[in-house]
Amino acid sequence: MKRALAIMVGAALILLLATLTLVVMPYLQMSAEQIPPDLKPYTEKQQRGRQLYIANGCVYCHSQQPRDPSFAPGDRDRGWGRPSVPGDYAYDQPHLLGTMRTGPDLFNVGARLPSIDWQLLHLYNPRTVHEDSIMPSYPFLFRHVEEAAEGDKVVYPREPYAPESGQIVATEDALALAEYMLALDHTYPAPTLPKSDEPKE
Amino acid sequence: MTPTIAILLIITFLLSTVGLLLLIWSIANNQFSYGQSAARTIFSPGEEGHSEDPALADKPDFTGDTSAQASAIKARWTADQSSRTAVLTWLSSAVFWLILGSFFGLVTSLKMHLPEFLVSSEFLTFGRVRPVHLNAVTYGWASMAGIGVALFLIPRLFKTALAGGKYAVSGAFIWNIGLVLGLVAITLGYSDGEEWLEFPWQIDILFVFGGALCAIPLLLTAANRQVEHLYVTSWYLMAALVWFPILFLIANLPFTFPGASGATVNWWFAHNVLGLWVTPIGIGIAYYMIPKILGRPIISYQLSLIGFWSLALFYSQVGIHHLVGGPIPTWLVTLSIVHSVMMSIPVITVAINHHGTMMGNFKRLKDSPTLRFVWIGALMYTASSLQGSMEALRSINVITHFTHYTVAHAHLGMYAFLSFILFGAVYFIMPRLTNWEWPWRRLISLHFWLVSIGILIYFVSLTVGGWLQGTALLDAEMPFMDIVRMTLPALEGRTIGGALMTLGHIVFAFHFVALLMRRGAGNEQPTLFRPAVKEPTQ
Ligand code: HEC
Ligand code: HEM
Ligand code: HEM
Repeated sequence: MKRALAIMVGAALILLLATLTLVVMPYLQMSAEQIPPDLKPYTEKQQRGRQLYIANGCVYCHSQQPRDPSFAPGDRDRGWGRPSVPGDYAYDQPHLLGTMRTGPDLFNVGARLPSIDWQLLHLYNPRTVHEDSIMPSYPFLFRHVEEAAEGDKVVYPREPYAPESGQIVATEDALALAEYMLALDHTYPAPTLPKSDEPKE
Repeated sequence: MTPTIAILLIITFLLSTVGLLLLIWSIANNQFSYGQSAARTIFSPGEEGHSEDPALADKPDFTGDTSAQASAIKARWTADQSSRTAVLTWLSSAVFWLILGSFFGLVTSLKMHLPEFLVSSEFLTFGRVRPVHLNAVTYGWASMAGIGVALFLIPRLFKTALAGGKYAVSGAFIWNIGLVLGLVAITLGYSDGEEWLEFPWQIDILFVFGGALCAIPLLLTAANRQVEHLYVTSWYLMAALVWFPILFLIANLPFTFPGASGATVNWWFAHNVLGLWVTPIGIGIAYYMIPKILGRPIISYQLSLIGFWSLALFYSQVGIHHLVGGPIPTWLVTLSIVHSVMMSIPVITVAINHHGTMMGNFKRLKDSPTLRFVWIGALMYTASSLQGSMEALRSINVITHFTHYTVAHAHLGMYAFLSFILFGAVYFIMPRLTNWEWPWRRLISLHFWLVSIGILIYFVSLTVGGWLQGTALLDAEMPFMDIVRMTLPALEGRTIGGALMTLGHIVFAFHFVALLMRRGAGNEQPTLFRPAVKEPTQ
């Protein structure tokens, strides 16, 4: 029994050490990081949109972390923006960095595609924008009505994606999600980014 | 930069000190001087040289030449029976989750090249079906089957009856409740939002609890053990069962880690689920099954212990290779890459032992279903890990990081390594527990070929597609939509491979249920791949 316990305690100890290096120390270092002055906290509506982004798993196809151009030049050249720094994520709880780029990086999509009509149309059916897109449609975020009421946000999909009759109206959820897309704009300068362009290793 | 380098040095120093202390402790406690004799603890007296494979016997089972030997075999039979209810509960649940998870995997795969497939309901949108797949196969199939096999091996390794099996049975119930609630929560949109940690943390408490209930029989049985030396498999299993609850608890501490540091905790956890939970279980099982079926001890017991401690030291630090190029301190990424490369040490030691023991015995793969699944699994462990060490290098990762290449590697590890070993173990265990042999030999063959061809297609198409996708993404001249079109053949290939795998799982589950219902010929003859070998058994 003594030896069995020793193995288990040894195993736990090693894990504890790894926790120190990979959890505690990064936390201490990164929470001391300066928050960029131009970064705005999310509004209530944007936060709700963010929750929808989580619930519908956009993170499994989209990243939010452009890499350094000296490392991966494609990220900058595609217009995805400057490399992100820890401070950019100060208000992100949970983080949505993502590990797949089945679709483009969205860290600066609000700056790249600032039209809410475009965002809604694309959400309703991405193929209205790009014929061959493999992004799913989100029809459940929209209502199909005979006649849009006063104050309703109507989207106008092109043929053949438009309904036979009636109109497509965005729900509050669709509007919140689109607002969140527009809020993804980190084009302000980041104070902690190394100034020089020389490759770091 | 200087303070971080200093920190890095201190860490490395601390780590190596701990490693050294452990080594000294091992030597002081005579862990090493047992040498090869320790490798023989898994055999009953006189059993060495005889194969044990309940699904194979061109020779009949060894029953002992003397009465002392016969009673040792009888004692093992009693030990097997003691774990019966607990093991059957965990394994049957695992098979259920495998089927459910496979269907969700297949739907996910279809959705990636047929984006209008099942879009009208929010409950079946891609972003919910995919995490259901991942969590069902990871926490349902892989974890539950792993615990089931561990519960079967523990009494055998300690040569005593399983004590406190009822705790493990209630653990399975709690675990299953956790899975049902967690998967429903994801489907309804209540995901916690981090990969591998999608289940709401309130539900995760159930897993910590269910897992801890399995530690009770482990500790009770260890206290009763009848063997002097702990065989290397028990090291892996004990460590895994200690690591998992700690990991799961820390990673779920709600609202502690915001923003970018949340990402480091997320991936520290996710890789540890792979490295410190499913991997030790998979390697441990192979360390038991291969020598047992061949009837010969592993070739180097010392190496196996070095492999164990170096796995613990290096694997626990690799998590941040999932964030190469991400918005986190460079030293952290470098630390993980260095450890990822260092991982080749335990991987090679394990490979020498697994494959070295096989040397000269490859013809046995023809008849023994367990050996075939387990050894191919062990081979794929070597392959996926060496691939992983390469993939962690900055120069490779810059291409593969955000692509389907990662998904191919993920299935090489979780499927061709881990799931294959679990399939083999289930083929070994079930006849022993039920005293009933597998009803139809051909179904085992069919299962084997379906899943092997399936995973081959899966892996090759995504590896090629992912690599092309990765190189194209780096080149901004290539419009994004062209890349999307370029990956379509790979995604369609995956659906074909995945459909074959799913079919194989249906065959496997059907056979499993048929055995439980005692179909077929019963226990006259163990089931073989080749009918010819069946004849001479009188
Ligand atoms: C199956 C993978 C997948 C999922 C899930 C997915 N997307 Fe996409 N997304 C894509 C692909 C592929 C593109 C590129 C083609 C296009 O624009 O439709 C894209 C493009 C986009 C764009 C345009 C970006 C640009 O720079 O052109 C936005 C905005 C977007 N997605 C938002 C979302 C949101 C919000 C969700 C979740 C509700 C989501 N996506 C879920 C695959 C996906
Ligand atoms: C030495 C051993 C290994 C190393 C160094 C390693 C390294 C890596 C790397 C670098 C990635 C890619 C991360 C990214 O770019 O996003 C990865 C992903 C992955 N690996 Fe491994 N790997 C190893 C062994 C294994 C094994 C044995 C398994 C299975 C049990 C496994 C399962 C996975 C999974 C599931 C992923 C995908 C994670 C995700 O994105 O969700 N790996 N690994
Ligand atoms: C039955 C056939 C299977 C099919 C068709 C299948 C399909 C898929 C698909 C489509 C994804 C999503 C990839 C993406 O988002 O790009 C995925 C992810 C994953 N699957 Fe499977 N899968 C199968 C079996 C399994 C099994 C049995 C396991 C493990 C035991 C497994 C483990 C995983 C893991 C770990 C991931 C996450 C990979 C990542 O994030 O990189 N799969 N699978």
